[in-house]
Amino acid sequence: MFEQSSYSEQYTFFQKLRSFDFVLIFCVLCLGIISNFSMYSTDGGEFLYHSKSHFIRFVTFFSMMIFLSFFNLRFWHSTAYLFYTITLGFLIWASMYGVTASGSQRWINLYFINLQPSELMKIAIIVCFARYFHREQMSNINSFKNIILSMAILLLPILLVVSQPDLGTSILIAISGVIVLWLAGFNIKYFIYSGLTLIISLPFVISMLKPYQKQRVLTFFNPDRDPLGAGYQIIQSKIAVGSGGLTGKGFLKGTQSYLEFLPEKHTDFIFTLFSEEHGFIGSVILLILYGILIFRILNIGSHSRSFFGKLFCYGFGSAIFVYVAVNMSMVLGLLPIVGSPLPIMSYGGSSMLATMIGLSIVMSTKIHSKQIIH
Amino acid sequence: MFTELPVFDGGDSNVRKFNTVNRRVFILKIAKGIIFTGIVARLFSLQITENKKYLTLSDKNRLREWRLPPVRGEFEDYFGNVVAGNTKVYQLHVVPEQVEDFKYLMVRLKNILSLSDKQFSKIVKKKKQQKPWETLIISESLTWDQFSKVNFYLHELSGAKPVLSVARSYPYKANYTHVLGYVAQASESDLLENEEIKNKHVPGLRVGKTGLEKTFENSLIGTNSVKRYEVNAFGKRINQVDFKEGEKGQKVKLTIDTEIQKLCNELLAEKSGSISVMDIYTGEIVAMHSSPSFDPNLFMYGISYKDWDLIRKNPLKPLINKTISGLYSPGSTIKPIVALSALENDVISTKFKVNCTGKMEMYGQTYHCWKKKGHGIVDLRDALKQSCDTYFYEMSRRLGVDRLNITAKRFGLGNTVFKNLYSEEKKGLVPSTKWKKNALGKGWVLGETLITGIGQGYIQTTPLQLCLMTAQLANGGFKIFPRITVDKNQESLEKIKYKMKESLKITNENSSSLIRSAEEIFSTGEKEYNKLFRNQENIKFVLEAMSASTNEVRGTSYRSRIDDPKYRFAGKTGTAQVKKITKLQRELDLDTAQIPYEERDHAWYVAFGPYKDPRYALCVLVEHGGSGSATAAPLAKKLMKKIIDRHEEREKIRKNNLVDI
Repeated sequence: MFEQSSYSEQYTFFQKLRSFDFVLIFCVLCLGIISNFSMYSTDGGEFLYHSKSHFIRFVTFFSMMIFLSFFNLRFWHSTAYLFYTITLGFLIWASMYGVTASGSQRWINLYFINLQPSELMKIAIIVCFARYFHREQMSNINSFKNIILSMAILLLPILLVVSQPDLGTSILIAISGVIVLWLAGFNIKYFIYSGLTLIISLPFVISMLKPYQKQRVLTFFNPDRDPLGAGYQIIQSKIAVGSGGLTGKGFLKGTQSYLEFLPEKHTDFIFTLFSEEHGFIGSVILLILYGILIFRILNIGSHSRSFFGKLFCYGFGSAIFVYVAVNMSMVLGLLPIVGSPLPIMSYGGSSMLATMIGLSIVMSTKIHSKQIIH
Repeated sequence: MFTELPVFDGGDSNVRKFNTVNRRVFILKIAKGIIFTGIVARLFSLQITENKKYLTLSDKNRLREWRLPPVRGEFEDYFGNVVAGNTKVYQLHVVPEQVEDFKYLMVRLKNILSLSDKQFSKIVKKKKQQKPWETLIISESLTWDQFSKVNFYLHELSGAKPVLSVARSYPYKANYTHVLGYVAQASESDLLENEEIKNKHVPGLRVGKTGLEKTFENSLIGTNSVKRYEVNAFGKRINQVDFKEGEKGQKVKLTIDTEIQKLCNELLAEKSGSISVMDIYTGEIVAMHSSPSFDPNLFMYGISYKDWDLIRKNPLKPLINKTISGLYSPGSTIKPIVALSALENDVISTKFKVNCTGKMEMYGQTYHCWKKKGHGIVDLRDALKQSCDTYFYEMSRRLGVDRLNITAKRFGLGNTVFKNLYSEEKKGLVPSTKWKKNALGKGWVLGETLITGIGQGYIQTTPLQLCLMTAQLANGGFKIFPRITVDKNQESLEKIKYKMKESLKITNENSSSLIRSAEEIFSTGEKEYNKLFRNQENIKFVLEAMSASTNEVRGTSYRSRIDDPKYRFAGKTGTAQVKKITKLQRELDLDTAQIPYEERDHAWYVAFGPYKDPRYALCVLVEHGGSGSATAAPLAKKLMKKIIDRHEEREKIRKNNLVDI
């Protein structure tokens, strides 16, 4: 299916291994180790359910990432639409036969694993757009057909995820999708127009929100409105972070989390726990690790000679940034509480799987940066 | 789908495409940098700038304080005996939220402690009224048997906590009931009235309900011990972090001598009445008892209905502190004041004589003397000694009620004896023409002056007022300040005597200025033991006449005299009519025992001793006891002997206290 390029593309295993991005791997490993220690702390200093399964997942999916990195970038290019279609299929499956937990039908039972397809969609949408715009002429990008098609690609999964209901993930999919569209060269005015439309339609959207979602938005603007109800999470999270101070309360000594004042400490609020125990210094180090990771991903993108790889890296790097920024802003009380995990750190198999797949594509881009995909 | 396209290596369109994406990523990078900086700034503001605030909030989250009831201060008598103390009690507590199966626990406890259905439902009701994390007191006082039984089954009773606690105890039981009052569980109104109680309140806290327990609440109450626990988000205690021991409440020392107090209780056993004893210089209350009394320990854990009914429905009214809130006609005990008033106002001289025929016709009415046959010709000394009513009718007719009013008030009648010590203390009433006009809207009738002169009619006094009156006569006619607690700032006996002597030097002022200066004392704080007379000879005359009444033949209390000069005392009897005596009754002249109880006269006796150098004054009242000389005076005799026997002991303590200060 692919035309042979003029370059020699048959890298040997060792050549591939040598061109691995070790900085990236170092960052991922660091974050992985930190996340495992944090998970150990959420279990109250014991190697229990959460810490065990997080450890197993990290080891499994990290190995998988290394393995997938050897795949040729063309493989991802060729299977991009398939990846997207299968994930979309999973989403439809979830909406019909999904497993319901805490009022939301977002998991599908694959017998060996409960998969959350909306997490995979975060990657699939980027891969799909990267493929879609790979071949597109610059002059053609802003054509009517392109706009309609890409809107459809983006809106279909978003609507499915919103209906689960999972506002947080759908917003994250939307943001990363929009960023990719913009990077791909969509005219800035479309974004301005749709942004304006969104603002105008916001009151209608809010009126259509579920009561608990409305509550969260209102609570964000004034957490003291309901200190024991919806505002509880924000207040307790701020107390935990604030009481950490410069150096933190010490590993396994975060009173807010170990006395269970902190909600969702395994998932969305893992950063709060980390910040309480390791303070400002620890938090900044964690932030720097994420910064290096994102910078590295963007850097790999800029060195790629294929538009697919470039756009994916840019898109994925930006997406990781968005996840990190949204999660941290949320637990620091800068944004309303929406379900958004912190990549690698948070407990959750699907999120880990999606992140590792994304990283393996980035790695593949690095290895095959000289390659041109037609 | 996969149509092949030519390679655009360096093609113009591709270059533009690559340029656009690179440019836009550059913009994104800057945006990311800004946003990350923003997050770091936020972290900085939370963790560094506002660290203290959030650290406090976090501690507030995780630390919870449990306050324990404060240990109440004790009451001691003059000799240092504890008269209201604390005793160890075994209690059973349950914190409902820490119990898995409350119903099961309660049923088990019901069996183990053999609680009645009534007690059981009371506890269940109480549980519903309080918060789940508040301690529920299952039992205030377990017997040792119950306590050991609970401990034996404790492993099956998860959530039940046997606790060693302290409770108020009154070792002298009924003896101090009216002086001290009693404590019981703080009520809602206690919390509203007293800020101190509100601040220190814990479930089951006992506070003073009446008497000195209530008056000195704020110094007695002490401070709570505080246990600090680390709790989790659900309020469950994880571990104890800190324990701050509270301070015991302050000790209050009384001026009362328990020995004498006990004797008062014995003397009034089976009777209704009051006894008070006072130091005539320092104003110290040596004894103060109201009978019948009851055991205040009964109130500790909620009195049973049966016991409460017994107290409440007792016709002799044990709940009333008769010494300060019982109002009675003083009867003949007022006569020394009437005589003094007449002498001070030069209405009569001591030589003035009246022929008593047993009755006296005046304003169309007949006024009887208590002695039907009459006393014959009597002078003032005889009139006081034999308590001749006819003489006093004539004398008070000449004196007038308004002048009597001034003298009586100056000696402490018609006003509270303690200023703010007892909320239930009564003022009593000394009538005047002005008073009657204002209060009853009617003019004064001269006949009313006559009966006021023998302590009947409108005049109403408390036993303690009569005791104070006697004391102020006995000390030579000087103002004193009664008190029931030992006060470090109190002036010494020697200083008081010196001040009294000093006040003699003040040249005669008119009577109203004397009263005014007495009131000014409270604003300046410095106590002035002012003289209450114009001519001290008059006081001396009255005292001598009172001695004659006790120690001379035909004196009204001659039978109760003590000849031994060490114990010799002087006094005045009183027999206060409760009801107007009808003509028929007068003719029948029944014995006390033959008259229905409620219609019998009140028996009074006021006295001071030792006569040679007086130190103590006393007042005995036996409600419906018949005549003062037959009922009250014999009690006073026994009492005076005891008081004088105890005098040396008391002096030792007094001198020791002086060294202390």
